[in-house]
Amino acid sequence: MTKVFQKTKLLTDEVMHYCPGCTHGIVHRLVAEAIDELGVQGKTVGVVPVGCAVFAYKYFNIDTQEAAHGRAPAVATGIKRVHPDNVVFTYQGDGDLASIGTAEIVQAAHRGEKITAIFVNNAIYGMTGGQMAPTTLVGQKTTTSPYGRDKDHCGSPIRMSEMLATIEGSAYIERVALNNNANIMKAKRAIKKAFETQIAKKGFSMIEVLSTCPTNWGKSPVEAMEWLEENMIPYYPLGVKKEV
Amino acid sequence: MAKKLMKGCEAIAEAAIRAGCKFFFGYPITPQNDIPEHMAARLPQIGGCFLQAESEVAAINMVYGAAGAGARVMTSSSSCGISLKMEGITFIAGAELPCVIVNMMRGGPGLGSIQASQGDYFQATKGGGHGDYHMIVLAPASVQEASDIMQRAFDLADIYRTPVMLLADGIIGQMMEPVEFHEQESKRELPEKLWATTGWTPDSCRKRAVVNSLYITNEELDTLNQRLQSRYREIQKNEVTVEEYNTENAEFILCAYGTIARICKSAITLLAGEGVKAGLIRPITLWPFPSDTVKKAAEQESVKALLTVEISSGQMLEDVRLAVNGRKETAFLGRPGSYLPSAEEIAQTVLRMRRMHS
Repeated sequence: MTKVFQKTKLLTDEVMHYCPGCTHGIVHRLVAEAIDELGVQGKTVGVVPVGCAVFAYKYFNIDTQEAAHGRAPAVATGIKRVHPDNVVFTYQGDGDLASIGTAEIVQAAHRGEKITAIFVNNAIYGMTGGQMAPTTLVGQKTTTSPYGRDKDHCGSPIRMSEMLATIEGSAYIERVALNNNANIMKAKRAIKKAFETQIAKKGFSMIEVLSTCPTNWGKSPVEAMEWLEENMIPYYPLGVKKEV
Repeated sequence: MAKKLMKGCEAIAEAAIRAGCKFFFGYPITPQNDIPEHMAARLPQIGGCFLQAESEVAAINMVYGAAGAGARVMTSSSSCGISLKMEGITFIAGAELPCVIVNMMRGGPGLGSIQASQGDYFQATKGGGHGDYHMIVLAPASVQEASDIMQRAFDLADIYRTPVMLLADGIIGQMMEPVEFHEQESKRELPEKLWATTGWTPDSCRKRAVVNSLYITNEELDTLNQRLQSRYREIQKNEVTVEEYNTENAEFILCAYGTIARICKSAITLLAGEGVKAGLIRPITLWPFPSDTVKKAAEQESVKALLTVEISSGQMLEDVRLAVNGRKETAFLGRPGSYLPSAEEIAQTVLRMRRMHS
């Protein structure tokens, strides 16, 4: 019998802790496959965040560092400056990258740091139990916005990709979504392209991945995908935001 | 090599480079700017990297990344900036990474002043960040000693896989003194950094590297903490360094570190002129603290009392008191932030104590 598909060796056999229907597993696989296909396992170092992906060092079959909350781009900077030929990426959620770590991500882009950020945006804090994130949509109910996000009280959701695209040091910025197979394939291509941008030493790259959190959204995995498509994509338009 | 007149900060930076430090991440703050400035000029010349971070928070996390990637790396700051680094420092301690951090202390609390202070003793020696950890804390008292100590600072960091802090009042950083750089060949055996994230494949001759301070189960965290505590005991056993000056059969023992310890030596000369024999205990490692030296000196029959002198409201004083454990009187002289007791003031204080004991 011919084997036509197998799990990439860039993921370990560790059982993932993610909730049923969570899209982190898909993002992990896409990142791992991209590293595998580029043949850079031996040069790649991942920096994982505080948040739902806090245990990602168990799943990626590469050298990894666990960063403090929001600090992954600074940690990645330290690694990259010591080993400029390594491929260094951060894997961060929206609380990590768009809230507590805004200084670090903006300044990493500003320096044109030759790292890749994989930014998983699911519009909520997952690990801590469903609190409001900077990316939470207006009207969206969370445990800390129980009446729905009120923009007069706490502002409108932040579009990180558009913001970082304005920065001179950014070389490749794209927003993708995981709501159907076609978009998942596009996400894979985008992630690979971001790594290629880094390997070509062009500058900073980031892929924002619109993702679901069925548990904290209070939806089934299928409903969550529909909610992403109907609510998130209109506010967070997909596509390439910057390419040099 | 001939002696050269240098500022303390410059000498520290140059000595760090000679000790093999090739990476520096920092953020401007007075009175330590000559360290990053020297690094910015010198590191590119030797194939190293100086990077000005966007904040002290980012700088210490860059240190974390670089240390985790196996580099000899350093950062420096001053008081307020060190407070910002504390999150990163406890993560570095938890992830068992080696690095050197220089704190040129200025006045506090808050924004304080830019004058010299020793107000960060508690922060440096008792943890500073959250969790049960220690840093090795080295306290030089001259530009020469500050430069000599850098090789040791990096070696200790590597041997014990721990952050090492050089803690100095701003005077040490800002004053100029003659300094001679000795051949700094490391005499100690340094462990190989097989844990560093340099890139791995299943064919590598080491395990996959994970630099991490997260130990989610009780058992895992307990294992880490037991390992750290046993390492700290080893450090306490092996690495205490202290200067004893004139303490044998002394009537009074002064305890001081850094710049004020030198002023204490002048006070001891003044007291000798008055027929009073006083000595000095000057801890060079503040953690581990030379408790045994203090205890033994205090136990001498000749000793009437100890006087701790600091540019603070009395922080090291607590460690002196723990070591003396009530056996003798333990007095204090000092003022927080900026004011340094003079040699005359110290001598007068000892003379007053003597009258009370006679």
